[in-house]
Amino acid sequence: MTAAATPASSPATAGERPGVRLARSRRNAELSLLLLAMALVAAYGAMVEAKVLDTVTPTFWVPAAALTAVFLGIHLVIRFLAPFADPALLPAVALLNGLGVGFLHRLDLANAAPEERAELATFAGIGGRQLAWTLISVILAAGLLALMRDHRSISRYAYTLGLAGIVLVMLPAVLPRSISEINGAKLWVRIGSFSIQPGEFAKLALLVFFAYYLVRKREVLSLASHRFLGIDFPRGRDLGPVLVVWVISLLVLVFEKDLGTSLLYFGMFVATVYIATERVSWLLIGLVLFFGGAYLAYVLGEAVGGPFANFYLRAEIWLDPFGDPYDKGYQLVQGLLALGTGGLFGAGPGGGQPLLLPEVQNDFIFAGIGEEIGLFGLSALLMIYLLIVERGLRAALAVRDSFGKLLAGGLAFTLALQVFVIVGGISKLIPLTGQTTPFLSAGGSSLMANWLIIAVLLRISDAGRRPVTGAGGKVNRPSGGPPEQLHGAPTEVIRP
Amino acid sequence: MPELVITVARFGFLILLWIFVFTVVGVIRRDLFAGARSGRLVAAPRAVGASTGQATARPAKVKRGRAAHQLVVTAGQLAGTRITLGEAQITIGRAEDSTLVITDDYASARHARLVPRDGQWFVEDLGSTNGTYLDRAKVTGPTPVPLGVPIRIGRTSLELRP
Repeated sequence: MTAAATPASSPATAGERPGVRLARSRRNAELSLLLLAMALVAAYGAMVEAKVLDTVTPTFWVPAAALTAVFLGIHLVIRFLAPFADPALLPAVALLNGLGVGFLHRLDLANAAPEERAELATFAGIGGRQLAWTLISVILAAGLLALMRDHRSISRYAYTLGLAGIVLVMLPAVLPRSISEINGAKLWVRIGSFSIQPGEFAKLALLVFFAYYLVRKREVLSLASHRFLGIDFPRGRDLGPVLVVWVISLLVLVFEKDLGTSLLYFGMFVATVYIATERVSWLLIGLVLFFGGAYLAYVLGEAVGGPFANFYLRAEIWLDPFGDPYDKGYQLVQGLLALGTGGLFGAGPGGGQPLLLPEVQNDFIFAGIGEEIGLFGLSALLMIYLLIVERGLRAALAVRDSFGKLLAGGLAFTLALQVFVIVGGISKLIPLTGQTTPFLSAGGSSLMANWLIIAVLLRISDAGRRPVTGAGGKVNRPSGGPPEQLHGAPTEVIRP
Repeated sequence: MPELVITVARFGFLILLWIFVFTVVGVIRRDLFAGARSGRLVAAPRAVGASTGQATARPAKVKRGRAAHQLVVTAGQLAGTRITLGEAQITIGRAEDSTLVITDDYASARHARLVPRDGQWFVEDLGSTNGTYLDRAKVTGPTPVPLGVPIRIGRTSLELRP
């Protein structure tokens, strides 16, 4: 071996190579997308005022400007603390959040007496409250980005977070009904006029725990198996954890009377197990268990009633909403009518009648918005959700460590599942359950939890896209070891 | 407010919404399809030593079919894992940030690495406790790795495949 043939052995040369394309941080693209999104939000506000008030007030831009300021703030935080984070995530989320605030403000205008409409203060009403919550949530997300310089550091608190997650999930179930029940679902903790939905925060905590647990157990779960009908099934004893989560999610279903939340937790777990093991059998087991459980709850609800009665009622409404259109099926029927009235292009922002929809600020916001922007606009919103989820999954593919992969994949899937559960619910694809629409619905807990999820995804995507050693890219390595974060080397598993 | 203005604004808003969607897609287009393309465009190992763009501009010089495109684990706990080779080096070891994280009792945290140079991959031991073997010979310095010859690290065996 001659010296000339010796490969460049100092790690520094790897970073100086010209070919590393992914190393571009794309922060300026993020900034321009963000400004475009905020322009859309401002335009939406102006159109709402033009339609509802018949004139555009000189202060229509104030909410959009407040949002722009805080989003620019988190953009700067990303620029300095996570320079290689995904450029599409923040603008997409910002647009959804801004349109949510705009729509809620539009509800305030519709609620207010005509002579007071023009003088509605920026932070008044549900729209104003949502605006305030957005500011708080974005600041919290920026704080999480600043605090968590390496996503692997949260795996240290995995067991604590797991316990906290289970407590948060079960808390509303054990609290007395007067504190925890709103509209038939026991998902809340109410303190005075202030209510939080602890389950929203449990998603993130539980996923950190699932990811950590599965990174340690993935070999056992994926290697020890029986082959049956061409599909590898896990051993009986390895089914333990998944059965425990199944039981917990069924308990949630029964005691919190909420199919959506239960489906969310269970789906979250099954999806993470599937990502960790790549075994299709887990999906089959999960689907069979969930549908079996849901059907059992339906049958029990019909025969026994009691804790299952609520679920039975919801399933009945889903099967035939027009059977009782003025009472039990009222909400769903009004939602369907709103979507139908909207048609292809909608009645225009401010042109619909969202106040006819019960709970339009929460569960039915998608139907309320749909009436005004039509299928054409709704599918754009769904596309934006799809892009957010795709960016999350892409971050999972790009990041090198298995904990980050599982966490990002699980978070992205959870977001997708939540959108599916609520949009499927209001469009009568599945029984309606009280889930919030991420980033759109009124509600501080949901907004805050989802922004924290986005902060974690941004952090993981930054780790995944960060170049080996780069200009501007600080390598977080304690000492000594060669910085070997690599790109373009996706691992795949081939079936033996 | 004239009805015409409102109607124009209404459709303008919807179009702007879709323009936003397509702009986002445009920004992420490069890596939206990167997974499908990387197998062909990036996988051929390029010269590492070249510091100017000219040398890397012609990766086609590498003889097709002879160049290694995959690193396959043939024995050990990870048997069946396969890494698509790019132009970046591959590190092997127990450390979480290695390209190939092997959970082998006989492997060190940073055990060995594979480095491409002029289309040829070289294996280099990073001072591991139990050593790296190319077929039967212990690897002492950077050694070229022919296709299909096993690199042994503890109980794990790896091979380059075209």
